[in-house]
Formats: sequence, structure tokens, C-alpha cells
Amino acid sequence: MNKMEKLIFEKSVPGRKGLRIPSADVPRTKGLPAELLSSIDSKLPEVSEQDVVRHYTRLSRLNFSVDTEFYPLGSCTMKYNPKVLEKVAELPGFQFIHPLLCYLEGGEGLVQGCLAVIHELEVLIAEITGMDSVTTSPMAGAQGEMTGILIISAYHKKRGNNKKYVIVPDSSHGTNPASAVMAGYEIITVPSLKNGEMDIEEFKKVLNGETAAVMMTCPNTLGIFETRIGEIARLAHNAGALMYYDGANLNAIMGKVKPGEAGFDVVHVNLHKTFGTPHGGGGPGSGPVGVKKELAEFLPAPVIKKNRSGNYSLLPENDNCIGRVAGFFGNFGVLVKAYAYILLLGREGLINVSEQAVLNANYIREKLKGYYYLPYDRICMHECVFSAEKQLPNGVHAIDIAKGLIEKGIHPPTVYFPLIVKESMMIEPTETENRETLDNFISAMKDIAETAIRAPEKLLSAPVNTPVTRLDETKAARETRLCFG
Amino acid sequence: MNYFQNTSLETCSMLKEIGLNSIEELFSSIPDDLRTKKFDIPNGRAESEVVNLLEKYSNENISNYCSFLGGGVYGHYIPAAVSFLAGRSEFYTAYTPYQPECSQGTLQALFEYQTVMCELTGMDVSNASLYDGASALAEAALMAVRATGRSLILTDAGVNPFYMRVLKTYLSNRSIRLNGLKSRIQPDGVVPDSDTAAVIVQNPDFFGSVMDFTELAGITHKQGSLLIMSVYPLSLGILKKPSEMDADIAVGDGQSLGIPLSFGGPSFGFITSKKELLRNLPGRIVGETTDRQGRRGFVLTLQAREQHIRRQKATSNICSNQSLCAIRAVIYLSLLGKEGFRELSELNYRKSEFLKGLIKGIKNVNIYNNSPTFNEFTIELPVKADEVEKKMRAKGFLAGFPLGRLYPGMENLMLSAVTEMRTRSDMEAYSSYLEDSL
Repeated sequence: MNKMEKLIFEKSVPGRKGLRIPSADVPRTKGLPAELLSSIDSKLPEVSEQDVVRHYTRLSRLNFSVDTEFYPLGSCTMKYNPKVLEKVAELPGFQFIHPLLCYLEGGEGLVQGCLAVIHELEVLIAEITGMDSVTTSPMAGAQGEMTGILIISAYHKKRGNNKKYVIVPDSSHGTNPASAVMAGYEIITVPSLKNGEMDIEEFKKVLNGETAAVMMTCPNTLGIFETRIGEIARLAHNAGALMYYDGANLNAIMGKVKPGEAGFDVVHVNLHKTFGTPHGGGGPGSGPVGVKKELAEFLPAPVIKKNRSGNYSLLPENDNCIGRVAGFFGNFGVLVKAYAYILLLGREGLINVSEQAVLNANYIREKLKGYYYLPYDRICMHECVFSAEKQLPNGVHAIDIAKGLIEKGIHPPTVYFPLIVKESMMIEPTETENRETLDNFISAMKDIAETAIRAPEKLLSAPVNTPVTRLDETKAARETRLCFG
Repeated sequence: MNYFQNTSLETCSMLKEIGLNSIEELFSSIPDDLRTKKFDIPNGRAESEVVNLLEKYSNENISNYCSFLGGGVYGHYIPAAVSFLAGRSEFYTAYTPYQPECSQGTLQALFEYQTVMCELTGMDVSNASLYDGASALAEAALMAVRATGRSLILTDAGVNPFYMRVLKTYLSNRSIRLNGLKSRIQPDGVVPDSDTAAVIVQNPDFFGSVMDFTELAGITHKQGSLLIMSVYPLSLGILKKPSEMDADIAVGDGQSLGIPLSFGGPSFGFITSKKELLRNLPGRIVGETTDRQGRRGFVLTLQAREQHIRRQKATSNICSNQSLCAIRAVIYLSLLGKEGFRELSELNYRKSEFLKGLIKGIKNVNIYNNSPTFNEFTIELPVKADEVEKKMRAKGFLAGFPLGRLYPGMENLMLSAVTEMRTRSDMEAYSSYLEDSL
């Protein structure tokens, strides 16, 4: 790999310039009063355009990415991002559209293309998830969760119920409890059974009239389908609670199960996972939320409808709507990409996504199970969770296996999540990887298992061929150097 | 179009190798009664067909107007290098940098981003981005509630009304009161008291007015409350920084820093604060450290604040943020540089003053703002702004935003912005059409 770069600020030379600012074609004015002006210059770098281009191009080369390496990061669904998605999102007729255009008198007529994309995508997501209405405002999965729980809360409040709790299984994503707290609830955590599913008996003990919602991921973060989900939903509904579906793993079940037909009332989906939009090294993502019709009145503004004439318009705001979660229309550019992705793949393609993703995960599971401890030895869905327990006696932890993979030019799986598996390694190959890539990964993992026995110190010092070796995270947290200078 | 690679032969042989006979066996754990019966999605299409369809949709939007629309989203020029660099596969097809040894590119770029945001706002610490300006404001309010242990948020009438809606939604189910003032916060009016967690102001405000909140910061701090300031980042090339007015938290939307309009998103929200508040910041933070050879490197740090560690006790639920947009911003600001940033900010101000001057010359038309403005201001018309806006539209101008559409009683007011993209002749034409439209 390439070497580390100086910071852009360290390349600064006083007086050097990148971009030329247009010369003023209007006369000078007397200027703002002094008390409104800053007396401090922002110390931005003084560099040429070529300096900037070389700097960030070189920085980019210090990253692993889907386009350059296998990236089986569990729960994150790092599949190939079709290049045409970027092309369509950058069409001038999308890129140069101001969101307030839509709010001018007759403004909806100026942005029919944008409204069409949003609405048609919502219709497709509703069909895939088995829901009646969808909002695409939430800008990431976690914001979708908060939106969904606020909708559930509004539903209960309208019925005069003041529910207090949200139930989550202990295998859930950390965002689930954190989002439910943002929506004003307390959290009850239910343990999982030895087979990886939520413990129904424990669930029954904590479920009562004060439960607002049960948040489930299905398949769950162990890559296991919750086979008793129908029963869980019936119990929840009988107690007056609603079922929330965390769609992080929807990519495993498209065309196989619709959450809406398995008893769920609210779902969120992650467009940057299931629907092929790139993750950008941390975002932007997008987290649309779908609901059953009894909940549609609570969806956040704006709500777009298709009129009989075939035109699209914003519905007048419903008094019961939870408000707004995004300034305007959410991450519209991401919506365009997801819409294009679904159109490209179509019905068969989406079903293939789930089938091939599940096949690839099971192929890895089966081939590696003699080498690593497999806590849940059953057919998995789109991801499989191993543990480094076998390697522990030699002093090798999941993190060391991860670093060994980096040395071999492979991005590690998710490690130490889910929290309920000791030394967990969660592997999600996705459908877009071919057999050669999987075989290469499998042989790398076998080789590492071998090294863990013969020369564990090698793994403990890995990686060494990277721009930096292992970094001192304790020092980072203690010294908190968060800016240059 | 399909993007999986296994051929049907490979699929069969892989199934066989893992002891299965059919794909359906892989889904045997799904109970029969839950299986999908109808999956009503259109058939797949070729890439060219999808491009044609989306081109058709994009052409139904109107993009060829001479625009003076602002209101928190501005049409600035984006240098070619920004999209080129942010379009590098290694940036845009990576995930959150959980494994630092193979993610130094993203991590260092975000560390540089945090640095420029601290430079712009004058604050001590920054996170690695939030979703947008509106959610950043809501997160700042929640941060103030945590830091002070108090439960009242006071907002000035000049805060962006779209941000206010999001703030209200975020606070709606918490035991937090939101007092959204209909008037300006003034030393002799409603002021913070000992229940107030934070006072929120915006500079320039939604109507374009630029103010000095130093005195308000003093009053706020005397009560033990925090001052949160929402700012337009490009204005910080010349305007007094939040730190110079002693604000505690600065937030805003980064769209003006190299992000396309894109119907309002994706953009990014930024949040910077005084260092005392660091542990209350939401979201990802990148920190500098050293590797085993003592070389500098970067990691995600202070993760004990975050949802994946703290679950229900986290400072926020945010996981994915808007990293790639934040990287666009640091690339944009690096291209502008120290001088260029100030010059561009100055140019926006100067152009807008020119248009203001022309408008003041029109009979019965006034500038509504009592205070100086930056690159946006409110025009007071003798007739309904909606009517004028529509007439101007027919001439190819997006004249501004009629404020009566958001504020009852403001039907004759129009909010208009001028960026570096507007030429003198654009503005002269604007002024003469405006006069004709009355």
C-alpha cells in the first residue's frame, strides 16, 4: 500500500492559490459595520489545484473499498455499486434543482421529475416490504428507526395510551435502543436462545400493556431467521404493542418474505445496504420508512401523492403527522440511485440478490466451520457469525484475525458485533462476489487459522504492510487531538 | 441488469459442495405461511433503458432559470476537482472506517474536515458530520439538555422554519419544552432563565439579517444556559465567527461548501463546540494517534459516546452520517484556500448589496431588514409576493421565495439571495423585471 501523507495544512505555502474567484462586476460598497465582521482569518490551506488533487487522490489510495478489495463487513452489505447509479443522480435536471421550488405557488409543476422518482420509489419499497405507505425523508437507517418509533408513539397517543417501553432482543443493532430513547421510550432487552433466536418465554414475561413496540431485525444480526416471528407478532399485537422491522438485513429475503405479511407494522430499509447505493465511507445513506395503513396519517411531511391525472403533488399536511425529520426531501440524490437500482434488477433480479447472497454466505459458513468456532451451526441467511474462541488459547483474538486479513488485502468482517457472541466475526459476502473471491477469502481465513497455531505472534503484530501499523486507540481517546494545530 | 456473478452451473456446484440440492433449501427456515405469494415488481431493464427513463424524469424538472432562491440552500459554483476527487472509488465505495489500518484515507480526510470546520466557526472541536443543518440543530439542542441537565429550549424568530419543524419533531417525545418565540430575542424581552438549557439563534437569520449576538451570549451564560448558533458557512469568510460572540455550539448545513442542490440532499450538517462540551457531542469523531512505530495515524475516537457501544445510553442514535459530503467540503475549502474563501464570501456580499441598491431605487419597494445583510435579504413589495414571483418566473427568473407561504401576514415579502453565480446583467434585468411586475 501507499505511504501516509502529510496533512493538507502541512503542504500550505503562504500566497499559493487554488481556485480563481471571479472578478467583481459590481462596484465596491461601503461594507459591513466592524462589529459584524470577523477579526480572525480561517487558517485554510494555501495550495494549488494540483496539490489538492494529488493530496486527496493519494489519500484515497490509503483506503480499502468495494471497488478495490473484497469487503465482507457483516450487517453493512458492502455489495458492488453499479456505476450508472452515479450517472443518473448527477443528471443536471436532478442536480440543479432547488428544494424550495416545490413550495412556490404552482411549484409542484416545476419539479414533477423529482416528485415522480420519490413517489415511484416509495411504491416499489412498499411492495417489497409489504407495507401500505412509505416516506423517504429519513436520511439514514438510524433516523428511519427514530421516525418509525415516533410514528408508533403518535399512534398510541391518539388512542389515549401512554406506553412506556420498547422491547429489543439482545442481538439487536445498537441503533435500535438508542433510537427508541430518542423517541422517548425506555428499553427492555430480551435475551436470545441457544439457537440464536429471541427467547419467547422471556419475551412473554416482559411484554405488557405498557409496551409500545417490539423492534426486531429479521433475519437477525446472527444471520438467523426468527422462525417464531409470526407468534411474536401475535403476542405483541394482543398486548397492544406494534411490531417494528429493522430492515438492515432485508437483502436476505426479497421476494421470499414481506415483513408486512409477517406481522410487522412499521419497517425501515437501508438503501445503502439492500439497494446498491454506495456508502461513501460513512454516508450519505438513506433510511425510508414504510407503515401499515392505520399508521399512514402519522408519516412525516412531505407526503407525495400521484393524482388521477398522473401528476404528482404534496399532500396538505395532516394534523396528526409527526412533523419533519429532514429539512427538505431527505437524501434525494440517494433516492434516485436506489430507484434506478430497483428498475435495473427488476423482480427476478431482486429475488436473485437474496438467493445469491444467502448462497455465498452459506458457502463460506460451510467451508470455514472446521477452522473457526461456529456458535450457531445451522443454515444461515445472508451472513454467518463465527467466533475466534478456538484461537483464544493461543492468544489470538478476533481483532488479530481481522488485522491478518488486512495484511492479505481483504477487508475484515465486522468484529465484536453482535455483542452476544464472544469474539464474534460477522461475515457478509453479498451476492455480487464471485466464487473465486470467496475461495480466496476462505483460503486466507484457513491460512490465518493455521498461523494462529504455528506463529500467533505474526497475527498479533499484523498488519505491517499497511501505511500505518496498529494504532493506539487509548492514546487517541486520552489525548483527544481532533484538529490540526 | 444483474450484478451477481455465479453462473447457474456454479450455483449448482456450490450448493452441492455445501450438501444442498436447491436454492429453496437455503430458505427452509422461513415458515411456509409467511412466504411471499405475490411480488409485484416490474421486470428488470437494460442500463440504457433506465438512463433513458431517468433522463425523461429529470427533464420534467425545471432547471434553466436565473435563480435568486436561497432560504438555506444556495446555488454556488462547484469546482470540477471536487466531484472528480469525491468520485474516487476508494472514497465512495468504502464503509465507515472501523478498521483504521485500511481506512486512513477517509480518516485523514475527516480529520482535515474537522479542522476546517473548527477554523470556520472558531470553535475547539468538531464531529465528522451529521445529516443536515436541521437535524444538526436538533442534535445541538439535545446536547445542551444533556450538558446542562435542564429542559427548556428557547428559539429566536429568525431560525429557519424548516429547521424549526425538525427541531420540534426531535424534541416532541422527550420531556423538553420548546419555546419558539415569534419575535426577536432581545435583552429587554424574553430572555433565558434558570430552566433554560439553550438559546438558539441563526446568523444570518432566515430573513437575511446579520447580527452580533455577543450581548445575548453574556445574558445567556449569566443564567448558566448555552448559546447555540446556526450559521451559513460561506458567510464565515467575512462575518464574525460564533466563537467571537462566545457561542457554545455552532451548527449549520454544509451545502454551500461544494455540494450540489440535488433537491435538498444529500448535503451534510456540521456541529462544532467549545472543548468542555466534547463528551456530549453526537456522532463519529476522528482523532490523531500513533502506530506501533510511533508514526502519526487517525482513528475513530471517543466511541464510548456512541450507539454501537452505549446502546440506549448513547449521546445520539446516529450511525451513518454524511461522510462523503464532508469530504467534498474539505476539498472545496482547500481549493478556495484562505484568501479565496474570504474573497468569495466578500464577493457574495458585494453582489447582493448591488442588487439591494437597484431594488431600493424602485418606487414603493423597500428592503424589510433593519439590520445589514450578507448575500440574502427580504424585499417588501406593495403587492402580493406570489404574484410578482409568478410574473418574474414567466420572464425566466426565480425571483425569490414569497414568505407568506411560510408566515401568515408576510404575503408582501420575498426572500432573495445573490451568489457569485449571478452577474451584473442578471441583476439589472432582475431589477427592471421586478419594476415591471408590480
